[in-house]
Amino acid sequence: MKVRVKFAKEGAMKFVGHLDIMRYFQKAIRRAGIDIAYSEGFSPHMIMSFANPLSVGLTSGGEYFDMQIRTAFPSAELVRRLNDVMVEGMRVISAVQVPEDKAGKAMSLVEAADYRISFRESQPLPDDWQVRFAAFMERTSIIIRKKTKKGEKEMEIRPLVYEWHFEGDAVFIKVSSGSSDNLRPEYLMEAFFEAEGLILEPFTLMIHRLEIYVDRGSEGRHDFCSLEALGQIIE
Amino acid sequence: MRKLALQDEILLQIEKPARYIGNEVNSVMKDPNKVDIRFCMCFPDVYEIGMSHLGIQILYDMFNQKENVWCERVYSPWPDMDKILRDRQIPLFALESQDPVKNFDFLGITIQYEMCYTNILQILELSGIPLRAEERTWEDPIVIGGGPCAYNPEPIAPFFDLFYIGEGETVYFDLLDLYSRARAEQWSRRDFLIRAGQIPGIYVPSLYETTYHEDGTIASFRPVEDGLPAVIEKQVVEDMSDTYYPEKPVIPFIKATQDRVVLEIQRGCIRGCRFCQAGMLYRPLRERNLDFLQNKAMKMLDSTGHEEISLSSLSSSDYSRLPELVNFLIDECDRRGVNISLPSLRIDAFSLDVMEKIQDIRKSSLTFAPEAGSQRLRDVINKGLTEDVILDGAGKAFAGGWNRVKLYFMLGLPTETEEDQKAIAWLAEKIAERYYDIPKEQRKGKCQIVVSTSFFVPKPFTPFQWAPMCRKEEFLGRAAVVRREIHGQLNQKSIKYNWHEADVSVLEGIFARGDRRVADVIQYAYEHGAIFDAWSEYYDQARWDASFAACGVDPDFYVCRTRADDEIFPWDFIDAGVTREFLLREWKRAGQERVTENCRGTCSGCGAKKYKGGVCYEGQSEIC
Repeated sequence: MKVRVKFAKEGAMKFVGHLDIMRYFQKAIRRAGIDIAYSEGFSPHMIMSFANPLSVGLTSGGEYFDMQIRTAFPSAELVRRLNDVMVEGMRVISAVQVPEDKAGKAMSLVEAADYRISFRESQPLPDDWQVRFAAFMERTSIIIRKKTKKGEKEMEIRPLVYEWHFEGDAVFIKVSSGSSDNLRPEYLMEAFFEAEGLILEPFTLMIHRLEIYVDRGSEGRHDFCSLEALGQIIE
Repeated sequence: MRKLALQDEILLQIEKPARYIGNEVNSVMKDPNKVDIRFCMCFPDVYEIGMSHLGIQILYDMFNQKENVWCERVYSPWPDMDKILRDRQIPLFALESQDPVKNFDFLGITIQYEMCYTNILQILELSGIPLRAEERTWEDPIVIGGGPCAYNPEPIAPFFDLFYIGEGETVYFDLLDLYSRARAEQWSRRDFLIRAGQIPGIYVPSLYETTYHEDGTIASFRPVEDGLPAVIEKQVVEDMSDTYYPEKPVIPFIKATQDRVVLEIQRGCIRGCRFCQAGMLYRPLRERNLDFLQNKAMKMLDSTGHEEISLSSLSSSDYSRLPELVNFLIDECDRRGVNISLPSLRIDAFSLDVMEKIQDIRKSSLTFAPEAGSQRLRDVINKGLTEDVILDGAGKAFAGGWNRVKLYFMLGLPTETEEDQKAIAWLAEKIAERYYDIPKEQRKGKCQIVVSTSFFVPKPFTPFQWAPMCRKEEFLGRAAVVRREIHGQLNQKSIKYNWHEADVSVLEGIFARGDRRVADVIQYAYEHGAIFDAWSEYYDQARWDASFAACGVDPDFYVCRTRADDEIFPWDFIDAGVTREFLLREWKRAGQERVTENCRGTCSGCGAKKYKGGVCYEGQSEIC
């Protein structure tokens, strides 16, 4: 049975990198007594796969991995068992069964993500920054220069922002994500600060990922569906 | 949520921030207002090394079982973090509470190898604790050292308030109780130290003084206060089946050097190799009970979720219930999808059978540690491995499908000649020939023999504590002899040769047998930038040369001399179980190329029998 686990990574855990989070869950699954499937061979490894890696320094309430289990448990039992062995800052939110077909391979089909961006107190912002940001987002084209291995490359990012609004002093954005057209939230904010002639001090953005999505739309219309919503609760 | 000692902005600009955040699975949180004693346990090297050390895990668990004690951890900040802490004057903090180390009652430092000495000073300075014990007040924690290097604490004596000589499981709580009383009754720090020095196994360096002869050797060593022992007795756990062992070891987030469950199957060694300090210090051999180990293995696998378990001990093949234990683990690990990592075992039918079950033959290799190339020199060092045994073991393994062999040797051993050095190459050649004796169609390509040599460093409490050590140039000359000889062998293309750096070995030798005068050199080098000397990228020989010169300390005094039979050694005030008479007898037998039997063969009267346990009493009481 293929199970998709959604988890949150918060607080000090933002300093633990993606590979270490994978190892953390491998050990947590053993501690939780979950009967996960292993590959064959001399050094068998757990059959599991993680969605979009989260950079060190970001927090998230919408991270995912899929695992193949050999003994079924109800969703609530899986969540409870995993939460019993978590550390502070790690929390399992849900565990759902996903089909073995395309929906079950959603990890590689991630198309969008929601982020909330806020600013540390160390960065004073102009009083009218929200007016200026709203005006900035009215543009139909925002081009950034992205450093690549072969020098610099231009990238049009405005169409990659699907939705945005303010949440108090923070900015919510829904942006293109995944293996193609991945828009890192800091690129958008850097472009805004640069356009306004403001200096963005290093380490002042606090970025929290809220959710990641596949796109079930067609012919240019988006129909975003969270990875969690592709599965079903195990009774 | 816990508040971290460092701001995000700092943690995001350094390497591996997870080294400094604590919060690991099985780490222990307590309410600081509900404990009496806060103990900060330190391994003075980088987090990934320190977290791999079993001893700290045992003591951490032992202390935290006490409701009124909270034991936390600290490791050496890596140079990138070191710089930030200094530049911004941020005090070094413990991982669990993130509170400054300076606010603790105790700072306990485990000293596992000599090359971490400058890191000890780094920990003290970053914590805001005076480097010298004499400058400390009750505003500072009691700084206590333990571990194998505490058996010659003299080169670092001025930096410590106390040393704990022996196994930590035994008298620590007596010390903590005394401390509680001292604080409650408002004793002076010196009064506390004097009373602490009366607890068996506790050494208070500031209460002892040394005088020297004109030639630099020690004339006398004695306590300066009445009531303090002239000899400090090593503390040992006599019954290994009824002692602390963590069931929930702390699991680091980042990959530690030892990212697995570690099962200590026995302590001590029966072999009596004359160069080996651990083999003498941890006498007598004490086995852990099979049931105890099976039970702990399962509990630790459950509580950690580790994907691997390894066995830890000296000479693991000597553990009398090894087949039962290994077979149990093979079944248990198979069921759980966990790997077993075996220690190096004597190559015989049992070990080959086990290796075949749990390792991929194509990827694994056999390991032999003959330590010396010739039988003559192996007799000098009392390494009971003969050429026949090695060739026979290799032959069996080759027949079983292995084609890779690792061989470990030392260079610079007492009485070593050029012939002995060349014999290393000859032994490797004979093993290669054994492989090519197999008909071509039955063997799998070429064999690969990797020969590694390290340089011999004489250590206290070994029969070779009297021996001279080579200088750097002599070491490198000997390595060149081995290299040339290997190149001259018929099967040289199947033999690869690695040798260790010589500079570090010489400094290790000075620290190992040094006295209190060496402390000034260590402090001088530290104050001129030395930290992480165990890491070749940070080791600077020129800085050390300059430090010895500046302090007027002659390295050759510690390195090159053959000591007189009756010379007083800096560590002679410690009773480590093995007697000086035994060690001297063994030193003489080495010179006569006479081997001494292991403890299970014949008791050689080393002195460890006084501890009332272990191999010395086998056969008299049932061990199971």
